[in-house]
Amino acid sequence: MNHHPSIKRSTDTRIAAQSHFRTLRLGTPFQPRIDALGLKQDWYSWAGYRAPHSLWDEELEYFAIRSQAALFDISPMTKYRIEGPDAEAYLDRVTLRDVTRLKPGRVHYTAWCDDEGFVLDDGTLFRLSPTRFRLCSQERHLPWLLDSVIGYDVSVEEETEAVAGLALQGPTSFAILRDAGFAGVERLKVFDLAEFAHDGATVTISRTGFTGDLGYELFVPADKALSLWDRLMAAGELRGIRAIGYTALNRARLEAGLIVANADFTAAEHAIRTDRLRMPDEIGLGFMIDPDKGHFNGRRAILEARAKKKLRHVLVGLEIEGNIPAEHAIVYYRKSQEVGLVSAAMWSPMAKRNIALASLQRPYGDTIVDDLWVEIYAMRELQYQKLMKKAKVVQRPFIKLDRRTANPPADF
Amino acid sequence: MTSSDLNWDAIVIGGGHNGLVAAATLAKSGRKVLLLEAGNEVGGAARTEEFAPGFRASAVAHLLNRLHPDVVKTLELERHGLKIDRGDFVPSVALSRDGPLVLHGAYGEVLTGASPSEQSAWKDLRAQLLRYAGVLKPFLSRRPPDLGNMSLAEMTGLGQTALALKRLGKEDMRDFLRVLLMNVYDLLNEQLSDDRLKGLLAFDATLGSHLGPRSPTSLLGLYYRLAGEIGGLAGAQMQPKGGMGAVVAAIRAAAETAGVSIRPASPVAKVIVERGRAVGVVTQGGETLRAKTVVSAINPATTILDLVGPRGVDTGYVRKVKNIRMKGDAAKLHLALDRPPQFSGVDAAGHKGRLVIAPSPDHVERAFNPSKYGEFSPEPVMEITLPSLADPSLAPSGACVLSAVVQYAPYALKEGWAAGKPQFLKAIMAQLETYAPGIGATVRHAELLTPADIEARYRMPGGHWHHGELQADQMLMSRPVSGWSGYHTPLEGLFLAGAGSHPGGGISGAPGLNAARRIIAMRA
Repeated sequence: MNHHPSIKRSTDTRIAAQSHFRTLRLGTPFQPRIDALGLKQDWYSWAGYRAPHSLWDEELEYFAIRSQAALFDISPMTKYRIEGPDAEAYLDRVTLRDVTRLKPGRVHYTAWCDDEGFVLDDGTLFRLSPTRFRLCSQERHLPWLLDSVIGYDVSVEEETEAVAGLALQGPTSFAILRDAGFAGVERLKVFDLAEFAHDGATVTISRTGFTGDLGYELFVPADKALSLWDRLMAAGELRGIRAIGYTALNRARLEAGLIVANADFTAAEHAIRTDRLRMPDEIGLGFMIDPDKGHFNGRRAILEARAKKKLRHVLVGLEIEGNIPAEHAIVYYRKSQEVGLVSAAMWSPMAKRNIALASLQRPYGDTIVDDLWVEIYAMRELQYQKLMKKAKVVQRPFIKLDRRTANPPADF
Repeated sequence: MTSSDLNWDAIVIGGGHNGLVAAATLAKSGRKVLLLEAGNEVGGAARTEEFAPGFRASAVAHLLNRLHPDVVKTLELERHGLKIDRGDFVPSVALSRDGPLVLHGAYGEVLTGASPSEQSAWKDLRAQLLRYAGVLKPFLSRRPPDLGNMSLAEMTGLGQTALALKRLGKEDMRDFLRVLLMNVYDLLNEQLSDDRLKGLLAFDATLGSHLGPRSPTSLLGLYYRLAGEIGGLAGAQMQPKGGMGAVVAAIRAAAETAGVSIRPASPVAKVIVERGRAVGVVTQGGETLRAKTVVSAINPATTILDLVGPRGVDTGYVRKVKNIRMKGDAAKLHLALDRPPQFSGVDAAGHKGRLVIAPSPDHVERAFNPSKYGEFSPEPVMEITLPSLADPSLAPSGACVLSAVVQYAPYALKEGWAAGKPQFLKAIMAQLETYAPGIGATVRHAELLTPADIEARYRMPGGHWHHGELQADQMLMSRPVSGWSGYHTPLEGLFLAGAGSHPGGGISGAPGLNAARRIIAMRA
């Protein structure tokens, strides 16, 4: 038989090129540390990355956020670097809020829509310099962002892999950063950002987060991720620093009344059914819309929907009697008419209330807020116990912590 | 920058025939209308221009076969000098080395030069084509249906189409649906056998588009042609006396009578947008002109990307506009000849008609093939007219004008048109010499307009006379872009009225008329 070394080699190359299937979920730059702490081996896929639901104990992880300091890996968050002389004008057209009012060194929470005014995603916009921004979001949007470039002198680059991110949240988070040697971090007010030296590189620290608590987010080049992690862990040892998973964070964000794309609303590019699309006014983001700023994507449709009263849904905070979480419960008017659905719910240890986020069909939740009920299916030993509980529309956030905004931040 | 005190009800950008029709129709409704034309003369690609001393020809469009009857009626064009005389209808001659074949009357009411069996086959096919084009005709003239938001009138219109379909009878309706998106090549082979006739039909189906006869959906082009009528006769064609400029002159006269102010040599630099609304224009001369309504009868992409600018509209809309395919494949040839040429075997009446070099469907397909790869046809296909035979004023005494539309000449020629143009002209002349021996020696002057020339001279991006490929995906509800086929745009007060809008190009006036009607209906 003939030998075919060339064929053999090309087969090897092909197999090597296909080896991506051996890593179904990518690791983040922090994975060696997180794997070492991930006693529960309870992973999920966050944008293709292996992220922990919980590392060691859901309850204690949650209380680390509220009583100590919690370290959460946000590297899988999609990050775009947007830079150029027209970056401000570009982002002002792409996103809802007025970017001309976002000063360098500041961060704001914003969202963006398609032509029909339906929300594509929400996210945070970091203004790193007059001409350089970082846009962070849940979903990927590169084609949309690149098509939006036409007519602007700006470059858009995805930097999700190149930049590692950490959220350090909780009452002792400031003290940890100070003790870690980030001099001047005490000057950061809520939504401020600044750059600090770290391991021969730069770390961008912003006083932001997804918990409604005192907290910070840190962005660092991927190759400096582990040294940053170690630096924080060392500084935080005596201040109760703990790595946490998403379940704990998800509770904290619900208490803070914050929404999650594709959990509390369906992002426009994911929606298959036309009635799942949502305008900003329908998911509580109407405050972002500024008809007086320059043109922005979706403006025409949003203003028309407002003028013609075509808004069909509303997202509300609910307080529900009892203490059984009403997760994914149907909301009724007068106990009989179906008017919406709960998208997130929990018993809040901080608020001492049974809280929920729900999407309702207007006018319910908008002008009609009385006589609303939720039907909770509580599984009790292979039988549902159906509970019809009174629900009250309440303001978000469900909890308000003074330490989140206190200046200077408190030293716990 | 100076600012005019005058406030107009409507400003129409572009004085091509559609711009003139829109302006005239709006003015007739009592609106104060200003029309701004970039060139020194109105008419756009429908002008009659001198291309050599004493020689004049229709600039791009040289045959009138689809001027919409509603345009003629609404603007009373016949009162303003338009002459449509059935005696002026001209035949189509399919040239061939085997001797010509002639379609007389309205698209071959009588066929000569073919065998009796072919004549009978043609009679059936012609009737069928006209029947099917008739079903599509309302679609191809009215505003396309707005599927999301249909008015009673639109429902009724759709209902009429459904009725027309039903009236075809079960077998015919099935066949209509079967062939709708078919290629013309296969359909012709099903029913005809004469290559000359098939070649002519294959040429007509693909004229002005980036399609070969074997390309899927190429039959639609033939329907588009046959949905046109002139003097109430579907498929008829004529060469207007004085060239296409005479038609423009009649529309211009109607516009001026209606009170339209026409300003030539006034190119527009930008559309002024305030809070999502178009409120006027700034000319390249720096003059600001304000109006309640701005109607752009120029190219849709030029309007949105250059005059409004991508910043003024949403990303999705910019994406759609940028993706409109509009790279022309047709060149225009003007020859100043010492004396009328003699096409072999063609009689005097034939010489006054439309002479088509497309000897077989395969020949048309082979002419198309290189254009896919940025090369021109080595043996191009073409449609020739000799307008000075019927209107001697177009050429010096005894001399002759030849006007031809030649395919395929891809806009983005690989070698570049500077190098390619002389070669392409040589290829065209070789074809002409075959069918009219001795013609080459009589050429006093030749003007060849490639799509690149047409783009520069007539402000048609891509040199595409439809201002956007006229194919299934860019027709009806998808013209100029999906979701915005109603002549309106995402900017309140800005409308599109050119050939880039439904139904498309050709001297029909339909986009201009429909846009004006929409504006009047919206009370904009």
